[in-house]
Amino acid sequence: MSEIAKRRPKYLNLFEIKLPLPGWVSILHRVSGAGLFVMLPGLIWLLGLSLGSPENFETFKAVVGHPLVKLVLLGLMWAYLHHFCMGIRILLLDMHIGIEKAQARASAIAVLVVSLALTAILGVKLW
Amino acid sequence: MVNRVVVGAHYGLKDWLAQRITAGVMVVYTLLMAVLVPLSGGGYEGWHALMGHQFVRFISFIFILSLCYHAWVGIRDIWMDYINPTALRLALHVLTLLALVGYAGWAIQILWRL
Repeated sequence: MSEIAKRRPKYLNLFEIKLPLPGWVSILHRVSGAGLFVMLPGLIWLLGLSLGSPENFETFKAVVGHPLVKLVLLGLMWAYLHHFCMGIRILLLDMHIGIEKAQARASAIAVLVVSLALTAILGVKLW
Repeated sequence: MVNRVVVGAHYGLKDWLAQRITAGVMVVYTLLMAVLVPLSGGGYEGWHALMGHQFVRFISFIFILSLCYHAWVGIRDIWMDYINPTALRLALHVLTLLALVGYAGWAIQILWRL
């Protein structure tokens, strides 16, 4: 007991521990959510431009046509899709579907692959 | 001897549930819009007509509120996990809340102008 108490609290060195794949997908859920929150005003601004006057719509098209903006939007599209797929995975896990280790690992890979594939497909389609 | 069970303030369960309900709403909205937007024909006219439609405006309103509530719970969890000084954390909570209320009003105003 005292031996254990002495070693507490235990800090994990994030640069030394190896995070399993489901852990990575999980932290990406947080990262993508935070990214979407930060960019939310930009997205609402774009929505406003696209739904304003016809001139506003032309401005909107010019803004989203800029290569740098395209890159950011592609990143946000991935963030939304990853958050979306991971969200569904979490809802399934809540319902005790796929909670075995092998299944959970497989669904984590599926989240990663499906969100990246959808980002690629939509990215190609929209540009 | 007092037989007390420590149960906490219960807001954890409420937020856990709210996070899932708002997520479900956004999943349905996303799938619906993934069908409706390509059907609207694209361009200014189609996009304008779609978003101005009373039903689309109705579900978009619910989507915006769900998104803001969902973001509030999620971002608050991030502050709770990483920001230790109470004063700073409280300030960030308030700023997040105010920002999200403002965003909701802004987005709804865009839809109600149509």
